[in-house]
Amino acid sequence: MPADDKKRAAQRDLVDRVLNGEGTASVRQRTQAFGNEGLAPPLDALVGKVAMRPAQITEADFAAAKAAGFSEDQLFELVVCAAVGQSTRLYEAGLAALSEATGDGRPGNAA
Amino acid sequence: MRLDILNNGYGAGTKLLFAVIRLFSRHPVPDAAKLVFYRPDFYGDRAKEFTHEAMRGPSDWSVGDRELMAAYVSKVNDTAFCIAAHTATASQAYQDGAKVEAVLTDLESAPIEEPLRATLRMLGKLTAEGKVSAEDMRDVLAAGVSAQQVADALAVCAAFNTTDRLADAFGFEVLSPEGFEAGAKYLLKRGYH
Repeated sequence: MPADDKKRAAQRDLVDRVLNGEGTASVRQRTQAFGNEGLAPPLDALVGKVAMRPAQITEADFAAAKAAGFSEDQLFELVVCAAVGQSTRLYEAGLAALSEATGDGRPGNAA
Repeated sequence: MRLDILNNGYGAGTKLLFAVIRLFSRHPVPDAAKLVFYRPDFYGDRAKEFTHEAMRGPSDWSVGDRELMAAYVSKVNDTAFCIAAHTATASQAYQDGAKVEAVLTDLESAPIEEPLRATLRMLGKLTAEGKVSAEDMRDVLAAGVSAQQVADALAVCAAFNTTDRLADAFGFEVLSPEGFEAGAKYLLKRGYH
């Protein structure tokens, strides 16, 4: 197995676990956080910042989500999903561009 | 950290482990380490496995190169904890802190090889803009980087775009310079898993 496949497989394992494994937030909420879409206020603000403007997150974002009834464990999971979701999109965008550039659909083959 | 569970939500065994780490390192347990010990079955176990594979698994990039990529991606994301942690680790790995500082100050004039420069440029664009084109990738390949090396660099980029976001979201506390040096020594000796 090429080394890049092992790296990609390990990343996929992480994605699969946070989305589909056991959790205190629902699979639907975790999927929405991962995709940064479909969440209602105030959670959408926190998740949107994790994905796009993480340096701007403040205590107030967490306080608003807690006031809306989310537990700390649910917020832990949803923040993780949002972070893994955005980085997965970057990873896939990079691999797709590489695949297009090498023209073989299998980056490892051109190495 | 911003969630109480990440400061206090650990079982007796993990608390004991943290005490041992504090005793032997003579530094506080870094928040990056605490995070992966919180409900490790949810995030930490697999995150460590992926990050270790990206940073220490087989690759034509050296450990120093990959630590520099981690520092550079963190710089683009402006994540203070990760910039400092991986600046220290890359500097120790290369035995050349000036080179790392030069890259983080001005990539284009830094004294590094063109393949690494072209790769960092691409990772910076992907991280900042959320996309790269096939043309961008052709530029990297034309600089002498293999497709496998590009894929390896993208794995580093993915790992640190995750960690940077979690550091900012949960509010990782920035360590003392000595704390970051101790952490870097650990990461070079033991890796991420």
